[in-house]
Amino acid sequence: MEAYDLVVIGAGPAGLAAAVAAYEAGVKKILLIERDREPGGILEQCIHNGFGLFYFGEDLTGPEYAARFIQRVQERGIAIKLNTMVLEVTPDKWIIAVNKADGLLKIKAKAVVLAMGCRERTRGAIFIPGTRPAGVITAGTAQRFVNMEGYLPGKEVVILGSGDIGLIMARRLTLEGAKVKMVLELLPYSSGLTRNIVQCLQDFGIPLLFNHTVVAIHGRQRITGVTIAEVDPATKKPKPGTERLVSCDTLLLSVGLIPENELSRQAGIALDPVTKGPVVDDGMATSVEGIFAGGNVVHVHDLVDNVTREGEIAGRSAARYILNPKPAPSLKINTKAGAGVTYVVPQLIHPQQMAEELVLSFRVNQVFKDQKLVVALATGQGHKILGTKKRMIMVPGEMQEFKVKKEDLWAALGQEDSSSPLELTVSVPEEGEDHDV
Amino acid sequence: MYDVVVIGGGVIGCSIARELSRYALRVCVVEKEADVGCGTSKANSAIIHAGYDAAPGSLKAKLNVEGNPLFTELCQDLAVPFKRTGSIVVALDEKEVADLEALYERGRKNRVPGLRLLDQTALRALEPHISDQAVAALYAETAGIICPFTLTIALAENAYANGVEFFFNAEVKKVYALRPGAPRFLVKTDHLCLETRYIVNAAGVHADNISRLAGGDSFYLTPRRGEYCLLDKDQGSLARTVIFQVPTKMGKGVLVAPTIEGNLLIGPNAHNIEDKEDTGTTAAGLAEIIAGAKRALPSFDAQKTITSFAGLRAVPPQRDFLIYADSKVKGLIHAAGIESPGLTAAPAVAKLVREILAADGLKCKPKRNFNPQRPPVIRFSDLSFEEQSKLVRRDPSYGRIICRCETVTEGEIIAAIRRPLGARDLDGVKRRTRAGMGRCQGGFCSPRVMEILARELKLPLTQVTKQGGSSYLLAGPTKAPEETGKKGATNNGSL
Ligand SMILES: Cc1cc2nc3c(=O)[nH]c(=O)nc-3n(C[C@H](O)[C@H](O)[C@H](O)COP(=O)(O)OP(=O)(O)OC[C@H]3O[C@@H](n4cnc5c(N)ncnc54)[C@H](O)[C@@H]3O)c2cc1C
Ligand SMILES: Cc1cc2nc3c(=O)[nH]c(=O)nc-3n(C[C@H](O)[C@H](O)[C@H](O)COP(=O)(O)OP(=O)(O)OC[C@H]3O[C@@H](n4cnc5c(N)ncnc54)[C@H](O)[C@@H]3O)c2cc1C
Repeated sequence: MEAYDLVVIGAGPAGLAAAVAAYEAGVKKILLIERDREPGGILEQCIHNGFGLFYFGEDLTGPEYAARFIQRVQERGIAIKLNTMVLEVTPDKWIIAVNKADGLLKIKAKAVVLAMGCRERTRGAIFIPGTRPAGVITAGTAQRFVNMEGYLPGKEVVILGSGDIGLIMARRLTLEGAKVKMVLELLPYSSGLTRNIVQCLQDFGIPLLFNHTVVAIHGRQRITGVTIAEVDPATKKPKPGTERLVSCDTLLLSVGLIPENELSRQAGIALDPVTKGPVVDDGMATSVEGIFAGGNVVHVHDLVDNVTREGEIAGRSAARYILNPKPAPSLKINTKAGAGVTYVVPQLIHPQQMAEELVLSFRVNQVFKDQKLVVALATGQGHKILGTKKRMIMVPGEMQEFKVKKEDLWAALGQEDSSSPLELTVSVPEEGEDHDV
Repeated sequence: MYDVVVIGGGVIGCSIARELSRYALRVCVVEKEADVGCGTSKANSAIIHAGYDAAPGSLKAKLNVEGNPLFTELCQDLAVPFKRTGSIVVALDEKEVADLEALYERGRKNRVPGLRLLDQTALRALEPHISDQAVAALYAETAGIICPFTLTIALAENAYANGVEFFFNAEVKKVYALRPGAPRFLVKTDHLCLETRYIVNAAGVHADNISRLAGGDSFYLTPRRGEYCLLDKDQGSLARTVIFQVPTKMGKGVLVAPTIEGNLLIGPNAHNIEDKEDTGTTAAGLAEIIAGAKRALPSFDAQKTITSFAGLRAVPPQRDFLIYADSKVKGLIHAAGIESPGLTAAPAVAKLVREILAADGLKCKPKRNFNPQRPPVIRFSDLSFEEQSKLVRRDPSYGRIICRCETVTEGEIIAAIRRPLGARDLDGVKRRTRAGMGRCQGGFCSPRVMEILARELKLPLTQVTKQGGSSYLLAGPTKAPEETGKKGATNNGSL
């Protein structure tokens, strides 16, 4: 048996940031556990640039961004076990892991940070009918093959889904000499970043077809083509008569990411059915005392800068808990996704322990132009607007933020007694809707 | 010169091969795919039926009821997981109760043990998630669940260990009867020419074609497709037994069952098709089975589907198994038209085929050294912490997890490749170890499994396939670094 103050599971940007932040906050006995052969997480396969614009004010590649945090971990002498898979985390913070060198490991921690990232949705999850040949591959797996192993998955490619990974891979495969015939998107808008649509598709003349999907896969051994069709935007069902056959030797799926929470579920941590990640408070604490989480394991991010920030909060909170273990204060505010909003993270705020400023992260459920965003607190006495903001454009593909100051929150709370339920709602009310009550 | 060439390496061909391996005979199995169990035997309901379904007096009924009890010992010998969960047929309104009684009566005629009618209370107690509409059920305690390709692989491995030869990627294209009236044939594939005394035709949905090639009796097998959805393990506990619905005019109805690995399986529908290779699924078909399954078990979440697939029933003209010696060509024995409950009947079919061969003049002398047992397969995820520790200390390759969803280690994958008749491709590894069968469907592990296959089989990575033939996974190396001026294209073959 080994014992650590803090064990961080996953050495992607979230885990690396959490470990460094906890160290800076005074906890020295830290172990990072990573199942891959190197730290850095998904960044190691993202050899394109666009990382760190906010955190460092620089335009870095994924591995460059990761390298800065790996260096910080190394400088501090924080222990890291690579090629090590965590198999189980218990609510009383035992960690079971395995690797070739140490065999089975049973580790006791005072606190745990979960930073396992996310995985890709697959064909089965989106019900693409047809045959089951080789050559149907998720975009992230293709990215690993191309960027880390040096192999091209195919030469004539159709991409389903306009998420960022799909867009990035459209450009990458084109540069590698493959013909990317088209990118299909079920929705009338892309879930990827605008800059990626411009730089990865438009610059290369790759068509992006909105309201389109793949309705069948063909080929017995290797994929030979797909039938695509236009969908009715209202029902999302294919329109009869619009089907057409497109030949290809590869279908790349970029149809979304799902937070990787098998370990969280086993540990009995409450998960949010919308984000599919743990329910967290403003300090990234999960529902199990002493277990924290940050990054893509909590909700899927577009930008690594935000992942790092969440990891740092989780690391600092874990350190505070280790140095002074006590349960969270009882006064709490639940956050709520109101009209036009899909989810809000954190799901819970503890005003008595919150930092001076809190970032609410959320996504909208449709494209909004020139709409007002409203953050309101509901107390026993009624509604109080904490802030409104007009935004030129909000799209589901780009995570939105709203900063809440501690003093403003307390001002809104007033003389609130902690027994009545408190709710902070983020919404994009329809024009003319009365949101002052 | 072979005594018997078995055409087709499905559960029927492999059962027959294993049965024949008890005797001093030279036997081989010729299979057109890259592995055993790639046809209907990998895509079915995976149920060991009790036997009340088939018409009394039919071969189906007889071999089902004979086959079912054989599974206890067979699965012990072959180290194949098998669970007698029992099955129920639910009546979804009062009118259907009479149908249950008719099924009960048929079961009694077929001599099916352990049948009971359950009232609503007993049914609820057995299946808490069953539809509120369900008023009663017929319970059959001998029904069970099994993994059909694990069974097929195990039968093949054991047959091989007892001397049966296997040829893969070997589609039988011609059959010459050498001496009319005497059992003597040439069986030809693209690369092989095998001389044999007897042929067992176990070619599944293509068995009619084999009979035609050999100049035997003419019959046509109609491919009737059945589609399925396999759901995440977090849905697996919604059903404890195999849940059937009362067969209606619209068809047999869709079943819901736990799988032996803990997933939830729903399906099949039934549609006749033209193309005997078309195991594709359709949007309409998947919608049909989801709606059908919801009638009995409304609470499953179809969004938790991790994969869908389809299998082809080889529907014979008279709706009964065709197991007999051909009337025109001596030495040609058919094991054809084996639709459901073929999996259940397989061990009994094998015995019957052996008897037919013996009656036709094949001398079957028992071998003293026949070993009915297959060495067990190590499953890391089934072991206790202490057992896992010991295993990794003995062989560190069991300390590297390759498939995170199903917790499959490198050691298990290496073993699956090195076993007799070991895996040769991604799907072979998947069917033997479950690597890639979980909720991420190989997204995480397939590059790693490919690397192990390449290393073990001494192949370049670009020659590793999904399922043999032209199912390659990588089109080639990326451009060399100097061509793109980008880093990352390492191309050194090691992952
Ligand atoms: C293709 C792609 C392109 C992107 N492009 C950009 C971009 O241009 N700019 C930008 O700012 N952001 C981009 N991002 C987003 C950013 O890279 C991610 O949001 C970020 O990497 C998520 O960090 P994470 O630490 O939460 O997860 P990850 O990076 O996924 O790290 C999780 C780590 O946990 C490990 N792990 C998981 N389970 C276990 C276990 N049981 N035991 C041990 N270890 C485990 C994993 O191996 C992994 O290393 C992109 C992401 C992708 C996928
Ligand atoms: C939808 C469905 C559900 C079912 N559910 C159940 C159930 O729950 N319980 C049950 O007991 N039974 C069930 N069955 C029946 C059972 O699956 C079949 O009876 C059984 O798998 C048939 O096995 P087989 O070996 O005859 O056919 P297959 O598995 O199809 O094997 C035939 C083999 O022959 C090979 N072959 C064909 N032509 C040639 C050639 N020219 N040369 C060389 N090789 C050739 C094929 O590649 C194939 O591998 C179900 C069937 C279906 C379709």
